[in-house]
Amino acid sequence: MTAFLTLIIVLFIAVAIWQMVKIFDLAQVGSDSNDQVATDKDNKLNGYLMMGFLVFIYAITIASFWYLGDLPLMSNSASEHGPQIDNLMIISMVVIFIVQTFTQFLLHYFAYKYKGEKGRKALFYADNNTLEAIWTFIPVVVLAGLIIYGLFTWTSIMNIDESEDPMVIELYAQQFNWKARYAGEDNTLGMANVRLIDIDRANILGVDESDPYAQDDIITTELHLPVGKPILFKMRSQDVLHSAYMPHFRAQMNCVPGMITQFGFTPTVTTADMRQNPDIVEKVSNINALRLERKEEIEAKGQELLYEFDYLLLCNKICGKSHYNMQMKIIVETQEEYDAWISEQKTFKNSLIVAEEKMDDIITVDDESIQNENEEAREELIVN
Amino acid sequence: MSAHADTHTHDDHGHHHKETFVTKYIFSQDHKMIAKQYLITGVLIMGIIGILMSLMMRLQIAWPEQPNVVFEALLGKWAPDGVMDADIYLALVTIHGTLMVFFVLTAGLSGTFSNLLIPLQIGARDMASGFLNMISYWLFFLSCVIMILSFFVEFGPAAAGWTIYPPLSALPMAQGGSGMGMTLWLVSMAIFIASSLLGSLNYIVTVINLRTKGMSMTRLPLTIWAFFVTAIIGVISFPVLLSAALLLIMDRSFGTSFFLSDIFIQGEVLHYQGGSPVLFEHLFWFLGHPEVYIVLLPALGITSEIIATNSRKPIFGYRAMVMSILAIAFLSTIVWGHHMFISGMNPFLGSVFTFTTLLIAIPSAVKAFNYITTLWKGNLQMNPAMLFSIGLVSTFITGGLTGIILGDSALDINVHDTYFVVAHFHLVMGISALYGVFAGIYHWFPKMFGRMMNKNLGYLHFWITAISAYGVFFPMHFIGMAGLPRRYYTNSNFPLFDDVANANVIITIFALIGGTVQLVFLYNFLSSIFFGKKAVQNPWKSNTLEWTTPVEHLHGNWPGEIPHVHRWAYDYSKPGHDEDFVPQNIPLKDGEEELQH
Ligand code: HEM
Ligand SMILES: [Cu+2]
Ligand SMILES: [Cu+2]
Repeated sequence: MTAFLTLIIVLFIAVAIWQMVKIFDLAQVGSDSNDQVATDKDNKLNGYLMMGFLVFIYAITIASFWYLGDLPLMSNSASEHGPQIDNLMIISMVVIFIVQTFTQFLLHYFAYKYKGEKGRKALFYADNNTLEAIWTFIPVVVLAGLIIYGLFTWTSIMNIDESEDPMVIELYAQQFNWKARYAGEDNTLGMANVRLIDIDRANILGVDESDPYAQDDIITTELHLPVGKPILFKMRSQDVLHSAYMPHFRAQMNCVPGMITQFGFTPTVTTADMRQNPDIVEKVSNINALRLERKEEIEAKGQELLYEFDYLLLCNKICGKSHYNMQMKIIVETQEEYDAWISEQKTFKNSLIVAEEKMDDIITVDDESIQNENEEAREELIVN
Repeated sequence: MSAHADTHTHDDHGHHHKETFVTKYIFSQDHKMIAKQYLITGVLIMGIIGILMSLMMRLQIAWPEQPNVVFEALLGKWAPDGVMDADIYLALVTIHGTLMVFFVLTAGLSGTFSNLLIPLQIGARDMASGFLNMISYWLFFLSCVIMILSFFVEFGPAAAGWTIYPPLSALPMAQGGSGMGMTLWLVSMAIFIASSLLGSLNYIVTVINLRTKGMSMTRLPLTIWAFFVTAIIGVISFPVLLSAALLLIMDRSFGTSFFLSDIFIQGEVLHYQGGSPVLFEHLFWFLGHPEVYIVLLPALGITSEIIATNSRKPIFGYRAMVMSILAIAFLSTIVWGHHMFISGMNPFLGSVFTFTTLLIAIPSAVKAFNYITTLWKGNLQMNPAMLFSIGLVSTFITGGLTGIILGDSALDINVHDTYFVVAHFHLVMGISALYGVFAGIYHWFPKMFGRMMNKNLGYLHFWITAISAYGVFFPMHFIGMAGLPRRYYTNSNFPLFDDVANANVIITIFALIGGTVQLVFLYNFLSSIFFGKKAVQNPWKSNTLEWTTPVEHLHGNWPGEIPHVHRWAYDYSKPGHDEDFVPQNIPLKDGEEELQH
């Protein structure tokens, strides 16, 4: 159906263009040899079109703001440093917006105003040092302001304050899913290296079993964060580059095989509170209205029909076939809820499988499904 | 200093060997023919393929995972039942990016216009070495063939993005395209770089040595300044990409660990130890960022020339234009880290790169304002080339401004690798440079083919292209601001993004319109070669030397002596002259002063 529709659209456009070509060709007959150079009539027409185009640029700007202007990356941040980034973003946007409106106006207006006429002579005006100094100086000042503001923001985000005693969590990336490893009671992650991965014993992150710090580590497939608590994420990847992107928290860091990267933030709004936020309520109801329209398609895919807001961790560095579906749910909750949740999770020591134990561990199951996924991917390759 | 160009005149150059079809059209050493070869191979053929790929991606994004006859016809086994495969989507992203950036807008753009214009505008019989020039083209041709061939290998072409970051690009088990496809990509690019280096060296040597008498550096048209500096940037940065590619080949095939360490994939630990993918990112972007300017500067050079000619006014601030080209060239080699703010590199380095990056906005702003001032009180001749040049300034501003956000490390945390970036670089680099190419073709078509292109079709082409370019890439910023990551095969696994799905459909419709209207250009171009109106010698009443050559192409360019140059290229509407242009080869009148620039 879509295919058909596309084809029709393309055909339709092609025919329309073909007809216009013909008309323009006919309009050409019987003119002299230098007639492919713009005449006063052409100048006039295109001058007006330039003004029309200016209007078009403004219109598309307004339309974009109107229909897509809720700008989730600029509002309702859920981390302590979020508002800093949002402020800087808003200031930069305003500057850009003003410059854009003004320069596009000058460009297109001049193109219209000074459209050529036979016999008129242009002004011979080759240089003006004062003018050039002005438009070197103004960008210098504006940019200096933005640079200074930006650098302060950047430094305060990236320099992690160890004295705040942040809670340490490892984000572990693999094609194509995420795991989180909590540091446990001692708040220190056990040593780990992919060479220590032992699938048979369900040591899927390659944690050093002999490291005393490792024993109380907790490995999970969902990320729960206590609200208001500074978190320090340590990122690792076992295969290719991935990027841990948490847009609601204005946080992102690449996961690099062979190296540990880090990013820290403090979540400020629980998932439950965010779901009550009027902007989010509106967004969710918009989305659900759209989803109801596509009911069959969505149900055929086996997805939940109705959407409920959740924070997400997305993969944002191309990492292979299923890059587009590498996500993990993030749940921000109160300290009590978090404590209750974490106490139900198995520690690393207890999650390991001793040789004779049966394969009923939750993580093992999970891991098997990964294996299957890889197997599938491989088979598909071979089929292709 | 450049008088010796005259010593080899046309006679001892042109007539003592007989030209056969092969030496004239295939293994030609004439810069004008080589320019046309680049135009056809680089711009037209590779451009069409690149655009087709982008349209297929857009169809998939708008109507994800739905069967489409276009996919079935063009992708064959990679679109079982007409549904595009996720792997091939990434391959399309990768090869579209590679073709557009390297093949169309580096080789195609510089290859066509540097080759055509450098000898003609500086007053030289040909390039310094016609032979190297020929080799350069044929190496380019070979690299095109290899890149296209990669579509026919078992697991498809490279699919790790045009940035081919390892380990994804290094490990065939990570992705089908990282097998034979990636090998071909690397071989093709290695040959491409060799070709580009030969070309660039030739351009540099020609500009330095073969200028005609009187053509001092301060009288060079801005086109030549742009081509010259572009070639220098290319010579500085392309070898670094070559080294990165060679090291990657070593990692892939000979077991070294330059970029790889501690990898567990498909159930096994690999032996690599001690390398770092971040090192590759540094090497890649040491070329990658200057590459943006390798693409853009020639387009800006072309625009400078066309805006001045068609405004019938001197380019405003010639000296500032040259200075800003030089400043951009210098700064472009020290800003690469802005692609790596969140790569895991030391945050302090991030601060440094933020600083250098925002600095580069200054010369760019100067250029934009100078263009606008050139229009002011001009007598604008709205030829299609002029429209595309004005369009370039417009997209350059729109796209450039968002660079202020992306260059700011604190803001980049959040928009890095989202559609905001895709919108930004398409406008500032892709569309702007493409407009430069179109402007150049419309303007120098009479010089290349001795005939005129149809202006009305040119107008149609411009206006529809301009509208669809904004229609595609302007709303895309907003989709990026919703947090949508790029290089996603479909967004349907994220209900979070459902509210931008309709915008994606609209974007795709604009893209289809924009893609289709290029057929008008193609028709105009091809039919004008054979049936266009015959061109007069100087149709745009331009000052530069290429318009002093006869319409018919001669080997050696000028039938007699090479003209001498007496003034800069921008004496348009100069008081004291009857005509509103004074070509560079006209001596100063008694008492006339040359502008001190
Ligand atoms: C007809 C107009 C064009 C359309 C509709 C178009 C569309 C696209 C699309 C849909 C993507 C994939 C975005 C993603 O998933 O990350 C893309 C990527 C890209 N395009 Fe274009 N494009 C066009 C023209 C150009 C031009 C003229 C250039 C020249 C610089 C260009 C350079 C690139 C690059 C470098 C990428 C990134 C590839 C990568 O992510 O590895 N495109 N384009
Ligand atoms: Cu990933
Ligand atoms: Cu860059």
